[in-house]
Amino acid sequence: MKLCEIGFSPRYRLALLVFIGLIIVLPIKLQAKEFKDITFEAGHESLQGWLLPKVPHPKGNEITEARVTLGKMLFFDTRLSGDGNMSCGTCHNPLYGWSDGLPTARGFKSEVLGRASPTVINTAFNSIQMWDGRKKSLEDQAMGPMMSNAEMNMNIPKLLKFLNETNGYKKAFNKAYPKETINELTIAKGIASFERTIISNNSPFDQWIKGNKKALTKQQIKGFKLFVNPKKGNCEVCHSGSNFTDNGFHNIGLAQFGKKDADMGRYIQRPLGLMKGAFKTPTLRDITQTAPYFHDGSSLTLEEVVAHYEKGGVAKGNLSPNMKTAKLSKKEQTAIVAFMKSLNTKQQPFLLPIIPH
Amino acid sequence: MKCFTTKMITASLMTLCFSATIFAQTIEVGQKDKKFTKSKIEINVGDTVKFINEDTFFHNVFSLSDIKFFDLGSFPKGEFKEVTFDKAGTIEVECAIHPEMIMTIDVK
Repeated sequence: MKLCEIGFSPRYRLALLVFIGLIIVLPIKLQAKEFKDITFEAGHESLQGWLLPKVPHPKGNEITEARVTLGKMLFFDTRLSGDGNMSCGTCHNPLYGWSDGLPTARGFKSEVLGRASPTVINTAFNSIQMWDGRKKSLEDQAMGPMMSNAEMNMNIPKLLKFLNETNGYKKAFNKAYPKETINELTIAKGIASFERTIISNNSPFDQWIKGNKKALTKQQIKGFKLFVNPKKGNCEVCHSGSNFTDNGFHNIGLAQFGKKDADMGRYIQRPLGLMKGAFKTPTLRDITQTAPYFHDGSSLTLEEVVAHYEKGGVAKGNLSPNMKTAKLSKKEQTAIVAFMKSLNTKQQPFLLPIIPH
Repeated sequence: MKCFTTKMITASLMTLCFSATIFAQTIEVGQKDKKFTKSKIEINVGDTVKFINEDTFFHNVFSLSDIKFFDLGSFPKGEFKEVTFDKAGTIEVECAIHPEMIMTIDVK
């Protein structure tokens, strides 16, 4: 396992702390209704908590076209890496659901890293970032991979020199953040602004919640019931609310946890027994695009994922107390997978930016 | 005379301890809809906070504070765990499973 050692300059640290202090995260209203109180009919009032709210933007980094344009250029510019061959988009590639299609990420010199690249989709709604929650906001996270020797391995003074000496970037920064200099914070804010445009909120499931009876098949509705039912799939206990995550941490009994030198996950951040081998619940939105699954990429298909939960995990030494084993027939497992496939928003072609030269 | 003074001091201290025990309070804080029912409470040294899980799934309660370090493990709906606070200061309390659940306890 490789954990990134990230060193921030004192000036950046101070600016970031001030910025985080200003952030107002508009939390998603979590689905508080119990299974017995839900009516599984298209458009029913009891289902409306599953619709995503408006994208929240933090104070100090409100959305503007100029900020998104700047962030998009930075996100796809490989010159932001030490070898000039990696961008944010290398591991968070729109072709692979804003992940990379690999079991675990490849970093500097293509070294295999310990964890899967999480998707950027709907991270705008997350109240905590990264598999182990070590970053709070998208702004807080954005510089991390560039500064990490194991990932993009960028020399930050060299990066700032490059951006300050490139006319196109100077203009773009000035337009996006006119009263601020080009620094680590404005780079992070630009990238975060772009990431907040990567949203999935118009799936067949959303259409069904809004009242379109034909948006889901009978099998998908059955799968949804099984997904929510605490005595059956019990998936909703963690994949809760409209973004299908509780932003929480759970050890789900992956085989990797039973091995020597297992990744301890959240325990590094919160040294509590319960957190050993616990990782953040990922969103299920656009789930078919982001295989392989789990933080270690150990499941190739959604069928494998559901089968893992059906048998109650493999390494059960520190299982999340919220993980229950329930017998699910093959038919029921197939229905849950069919339901998860209804969480995909129809893909649209993606236009790459023109980067300044 | 010295013996009398010692007895008086001992008696006073015992009375003080007894009074503190009598006046120490137990304050209830629920865990409902993945939130603590109170985001901030003020208590006195010696008071106890009773954390009650009102959700249908497991919660945890912990603090990594130097003033009061504790980890109550995980417990299901209807169960509760108690912590007595014996030092003054401000303590941040969280649920490890659901990090959006944060509250502050001011111990006076």
